[in-house]
Amino acid sequence: MARAKNQNFSKGASLHARRVIAYIVLIFLTIICLFWFYLLFVNATRSNGELKRGFTLLPSKYFVRNFKMLLNNKELPMIRGLLNSAFISICCAGLCTYFSTMTAYAIHAYDFKAKKIMYTFILAVMMIPTQVTALGFIDLIRNMGLEDSFIPLIVPTIAAPVTFFYMKQYMDSTLPLAIIEAARIDGAGEFRTFNQVILPIMKPAIAVQAIFTFVSSWNNYFTPALVLHDLNKMTLPILLARLRSFEWSKLDMGMIYMMIAFSIFPVIVFYLCLSRFIVGGVAMGSVKG
Amino acid sequence: MKKRALSIVLTTAMVAALFAGCGKETNDGGTTGGGNGGGNGTQPTVSPDFEYTATDGGKVLNIYCWNTEFKERCEKFLPGYTAGADSTSKDKNGDVSGTAEGTYNGVTVKWNITPSKENAYQNNLDNALLKQKDAAADDKVDLFLMEADYALKYVDTTYTVPIDKLGITDADTKDQFQYTKDVVTDANGNIKGLSWQGCPSIMFYNREAAKEIFGTDDPATIQEKFKDWATFKKTAIDEVAAKGYKIMSSPNDTFRIYSNNVSSKWVADDGVTINVDPYIKQWVDDSKELVDAGAVAGTWDLWGEDWSKGFFPEAKVFAYFGPAWLVNFSMSADTEGSIGYDGGWGGITGPQGFFWGGTWITAVDGTDNASEIKQIMLDMSCSADTAKKMVQDVDEFANNKPAMEEMAKEDSGYSSKVLGGQNPLQMYLDGLNGLEIKYASAYDQGCNEAFQNAMKSYFEGASTYDEALDAFYTTVTTKYPNLKKPA
Amino acid sequence: MSKSKNSKVVRYNRWGYIFLIPFLVVYVIFQLIPLVSTIYYSFYEYYRVGLMQVGPNWIGLENYKSIFQGSELLPYFKNTMIMWLIGFIPQILVSLLLGAWFSDNRLKLKCEGFFKVVIYLPNLIMASAFAMLFFTLFSDLGPINSLLLNSGILKERFSFFSNAAATRSIVGFMNFLMWFGNTTILLMAGMMGIDTSLMEAAEVDGANSRQKFFKITLPLLRPILIYVIITSLIGGIQMFDVPQILTSGSGSPIVKGVKTSETLIMFLNDNLFSKNYGKAGALSVFLFVITGILSLIVFKVSGNDKKAK
Repeated sequence: MARAKNQNFSKGASLHARRVIAYIVLIFLTIICLFWFYLLFVNATRSNGELKRGFTLLPSKYFVRNFKMLLNNKELPMIRGLLNSAFISICCAGLCTYFSTMTAYAIHAYDFKAKKIMYTFILAVMMIPTQVTALGFIDLIRNMGLEDSFIPLIVPTIAAPVTFFYMKQYMDSTLPLAIIEAARIDGAGEFRTFNQVILPIMKPAIAVQAIFTFVSSWNNYFTPALVLHDLNKMTLPILLARLRSFEWSKLDMGMIYMMIAFSIFPVIVFYLCLSRFIVGGVAMGSVKG
Repeated sequence: MKKRALSIVLTTAMVAALFAGCGKETNDGGTTGGGNGGGNGTQPTVSPDFEYTATDGGKVLNIYCWNTEFKERCEKFLPGYTAGADSTSKDKNGDVSGTAEGTYNGVTVKWNITPSKENAYQNNLDNALLKQKDAAADDKVDLFLMEADYALKYVDTTYTVPIDKLGITDADTKDQFQYTKDVVTDANGNIKGLSWQGCPSIMFYNREAAKEIFGTDDPATIQEKFKDWATFKKTAIDEVAAKGYKIMSSPNDTFRIYSNNVSSKWVADDGVTINVDPYIKQWVDDSKELVDAGAVAGTWDLWGEDWSKGFFPEAKVFAYFGPAWLVNFSMSADTEGSIGYDGGWGGITGPQGFFWGGTWITAVDGTDNASEIKQIMLDMSCSADTAKKMVQDVDEFANNKPAMEEMAKEDSGYSSKVLGGQNPLQMYLDGLNGLEIKYASAYDQGCNEAFQNAMKSYFEGASTYDEALDAFYTTVTTKYPNLKKPA
Repeated sequence: MSKSKNSKVVRYNRWGYIFLIPFLVVYVIFQLIPLVSTIYYSFYEYYRVGLMQVGPNWIGLENYKSIFQGSELLPYFKNTMIMWLIGFIPQILVSLLLGAWFSDNRLKLKCEGFFKVVIYLPNLIMASAFAMLFFTLFSDLGPINSLLLNSGILKERFSFFSNAAATRSIVGFMNFLMWFGNTTILLMAGMMGIDTSLMEAAEVDGANSRQKFFKITLPLLRPILIYVIITSLIGGIQMFDVPQILTSGSGSPIVKGVKTSETLIMFLNDNLFSKNYGKAGALSVFLFVITGILSLIVFKVSGNDKKAK
């Protein structure tokens, strides 16, 4: 492919060839990306017996049955779990992106004595795996009386070094200090400059990180499992894990797959909404200094 | 600036240490028998004259368990129990919190269910027990369930109340199988819990396959073919494998039989050195022989997907080993096309008797629902009527010898549908003869799991026996930091 | 730099501190305090076996000694890095390729939006559910095996999960699949930020798309690229749920007595599960240090540290 590009004898033909290769690769990637969703869907339409006997790519006829079984299961308040998950994830996505941008902006736009120390410090703590601090975290939550509360799941996302780092890198490549200077000359206050000038410029980056934060918070099992014990406060991944406590005879594989499908459907919808915003939002973001 | 930042960090560190310090002291309060602090690593022992407290008058009965089995048994068989709304939310006075899932004679019963997978159940229970002393009356654990593999971990502490302290007498439990009492007897001879079921285990064979291989599916003839391990191996390799069948799904299927018949514990007498019993080694050698001869379907983990494929005729697995609950609940008997669905299993005693699983209920020190617990224990595990009903309704093998003997008689009218109309109760009774639980330790569960997992690589030829054994020691010492690999 | 500015700028710069307050407060409460207590315990003998609690007793560096002298650390570090590389190398190559294609305005791919949306989708499935599907597919009696047997490619059943290379590759492939869309989105966001006039100027000068990619896109993309490499490295060292669920937490297959898919965090998790807070603390500190060193190397090599001032 690279060779074809170099030989610029016939530009049109080489472009054509590259396009064909690109399509082939993209279609292949699309298939391996979508296959799992198809598989989940097929499995969600099959009965327990069919699933235990083997595997097929053809959907069966138990979709409605599995769905009813899931919603009627009193041990698994799915709708409640859905709302809990949605509430936590939306709060996380919002708080995390807003405050990470603010932190990055502080480092990017201002010169102050502790700046370098702070930057290095945040980079250093970025590498700490969540599991490492889990012990101390749960102790702390107990001492603060915040068990079974959403606060320990939402508030800590304000300090997200990884998101901060992305915002900082994005600002390095797209946010010239001249824009800030211009806003200052226009007489805007610092806080207003941030909210009304900087945030709109950062929209593509914010959308990207909002998706990431939303998804990781939606799929997070580790922390919620430590904090939430009340059935009515549980999020979807914890409810999914609860299946393991069921008696053997009650474990219906069809229902399990339906539950997985049910759990990822909202996040797909959220993603599809925001992804359109990203593709379209690029034009708005390209204010150049 | 740098210096100041450092001092802030240090101050925080000290505050955190203080925090941590406080937490620890309260935790220590719950431990008993002088087991903590020393770091000598032995299990705590229970002083014989410990004063247990079990009072009456509590409004909430908290039950900790890992699945819904006991809850469903209560709904079906416990007089005075009614299933309630599955959840109530907290009111402003904090009166009813969490999930109230039933009432028993006017007392609210709260089920706290944590999956046993990855030890989550025991972790959760341990946390609750360690906090028991400081918990509010309505939050204290009153009753919990445990399995044989780790029963001693709880029995040998003062967290569990001897049943005679609840007012349950020897006369009440005289009909129960002795081994079910052995499992929960502490170092001082106190019985600390009761079970409603017995789990003697037998060998289930595929009747259709038996007809094909041996020309008959008559249990007596088949039993002859598998009467001891030598005959078992010979038949498995020369006859079963020769006809294209696999004797069992995985070598792990027979692990329980060997580990039930050992002559020493997983931990040596010093309390810290890991010990592999010669009979466990025998399992390794026998299994390796069968695997190498191609007589076993795979080297899968129990309960996995591949392992369970043998519940269906297509996988050509000849036999499984287990208690009544295995064939009734786990072997897809309710699924069309499975061997069990068509009543295609037969039962024989097999090479050796053993038991597998079973659930024990035990009262917790400090409970304020003593009389309710006593009544539950009596009604669920000591009543012959309930025992018979359990057999009829859910194919249970109940913990009541005379009742089981009566049901085992041909004229009792009981037969198991899954076993093609066979009445397996006499076989179960035979399997319990001579069964002794002498060599249980608090580490059984972790050791059993780790050993099977490590030996898999020996069976597959990826490690030598000694290498696999090393992997086992590594896993166990990670699981139980106080244990040591033998020198 | 700040010294050359006037006092008005200094007044502005006070806002730097103000904007940092939310981050710092939350960080100190929810992460620093737990972290400090983790470090604190790493110097203690402190574990629970069943209901017996041992410690905390001060033992100095004993926990560190025991993890370094044990036979586990090095192989698990190797496992982690191998599985990370198996996933990361194709991931970064494919992402760069896709990013280049998507941002190439001469290529004019149709349905570009569709492809962009699709490649991120695998990340939406919970790792646990994803691992469950893969386990089913690649199990000994599963569909991949029967497919290979029926088509005659294999003569005998192949146990993917008993073969170290196969298990690691499956883990690597899953990580690739879950994260290449994420990486592509990040790189694209970076590429979109590149001034289009630069590209136009290059085109006028007769640069082909390959030259444009290597001479303009890649150098300008460096900050985002570094971000991708560092975060992926950190993510790689933290690799946990996929191998954990795929091997039911056992880190199997065991080859020559050593677990071949056990990662560092799985090892940490084992110690956390057995309530060995002392050893888990020491392991955490060790992990913290090696991630720090690795990131620092990437940072230095790429010359980013000079820029950050």
